[in-house]
Amino acid sequence: VTVDPDICVGNAMCRAIAPDVFVETADGQSEVADQTGATEAAILEAAAYCPVGAILVVDIDTNETLAP
Amino acid sequence: MTSMELPTVRSGPFHPPAELAELRERSAVCPLRFSDGHEGWLVTGYELGRKALMDARFSVSPPRMPVGEVLESDQARPGVVMGLDPPDHTRVRRLQTGYFTLKRAAGLRPGIEEIVAGRLEAMAAEGPPVDLLQVFALPIPSLAICDMLGIPHDERHRFEGPHDAAFDSERSDAERDAAYTEFLGFVREIADRKRTNPGDDLISEVVATGELRDEELPGVVEQLISAGHHTTANMLALSVYFLLAERGRWESLRAAVAADPAAIEPAVEELLRYLTLVQVGAFTRTATEEVELGGAAVGAGQSVLVSLAAANRDPARFPDPDRFDPGRDASGHLSFGYGRHMCLGQHLARLELQVGLLGLLTSFPTLELAVPADDVRQHDGRNLLAGVYGLPVTW
Repeated sequence: VTVDPDICVGNAMCRAIAPDVFVETADGQSEVADQTGATEAAILEAAAYCPVGAILVVDIDTNETLAP
Repeated sequence: MTSMELPTVRSGPFHPPAELAELRERSAVCPLRFSDGHEGWLVTGYELGRKALMDARFSVSPPRMPVGEVLESDQARPGVVMGLDPPDHTRVRRLQTGYFTLKRAAGLRPGIEEIVAGRLEAMAAEGPPVDLLQVFALPIPSLAICDMLGIPHDERHRFEGPHDAAFDSERSDAERDAAYTEFLGFVREIADRKRTNPGDDLISEVVATGELRDEELPGVVEQLISAGHHTTANMLALSVYFLLAERGRWESLRAAVAADPAAIEPAVEELLRYLTLVQVGAFTRTATEEVELGGAAVGAGQSVLVSLAAANRDPARFPDPDRFDPGRDASGHLSFGYGRHMCLGQHLARLELQVGLLGLLTSFPTLELAVPADDVRQHDGRNLLAGVYGLPVTW
């Protein structure tokens, strides 16, 4: 799970949905603190709810892109 | 430095006030006097604007206007996400976000295409000439939001008229307040109807989650109808006016989409940037503690206005910003705002604009203004939104 800092607008919905995974950076954007901090469902919801599609979720076993 | 009021006189039919660029050249932030006399700040630079809109130390309350009085339509009501801070903002916005994701918007495409096809037929049946605003630009987002919220199509007139009057800066404050009160009556009626007789629609489903407080439901309906039709309607009409005002713009975009329909996507982004619909905003942010912003010491309780129109013409972000270039990468523009309050419906708005414009360019290639371009009456620069009072077209 990664957040693209070139795209992230600091909408912060991801931090509300999965607060242990996504944390706020000094300049108000979001970044990943702990990939295992929430269920896969919650992480996928956070990614889908990002208004700009800044959250990339890749299945490490299959290399399949799950989001955006 | 003495503060000034927000400049609102456009420097050309499609250009923001020239003073904004002059201010930005001196500094990305300067003192600003709000209409209630409050001494705050104006941000005209792109980077600093983004920074301010992302900074959690700013609140969206109190509602404070750069121009005009705080009217009924500007009041913070429960459930209206634009006027809420976390944690209420997060809770209420999250309940609605699933309906507006990129994937969800893609699924709405067939419905939008059907609505647009219906309006193209209505145009052909009625004209020429026709008022493109009433026959095409306004009904498209109105009908789309009716479908999402489960409001019968023939009831759109009950919110369109009063809502339009409430945001018309040429009307008196009393008239505008009366019109918005009428709009809120319709909103409450819809909220009550969905509560007592739920259907298969966004509002009923949000109610069914049980996570909304009773007093918040009308606010949710208010925000969705308000932001869901008036904005895109004005953007669509203004875009067509802009393209037709100089025929070359219309012709070159027509050729581009004929070669590749996907050319409409960057063109819509550039229209959004160039015409910046929310011309006197973003909505005011107020510091909850002292904030250093681009060298300005914003005191606790002091308000900041980020001029989206100025930020979108910042040459540091958009080279040659006053040139309209439908092929440029205009992504990153601030026309949908930024940060927590970034437009919830932006993907739906893009879809409506893309499908709507593409439909016009394809079905009415010879479209032209039915009056001289200068005779089209635009909203004045004090209106919250840029737009036109009507757009007579022929073909």
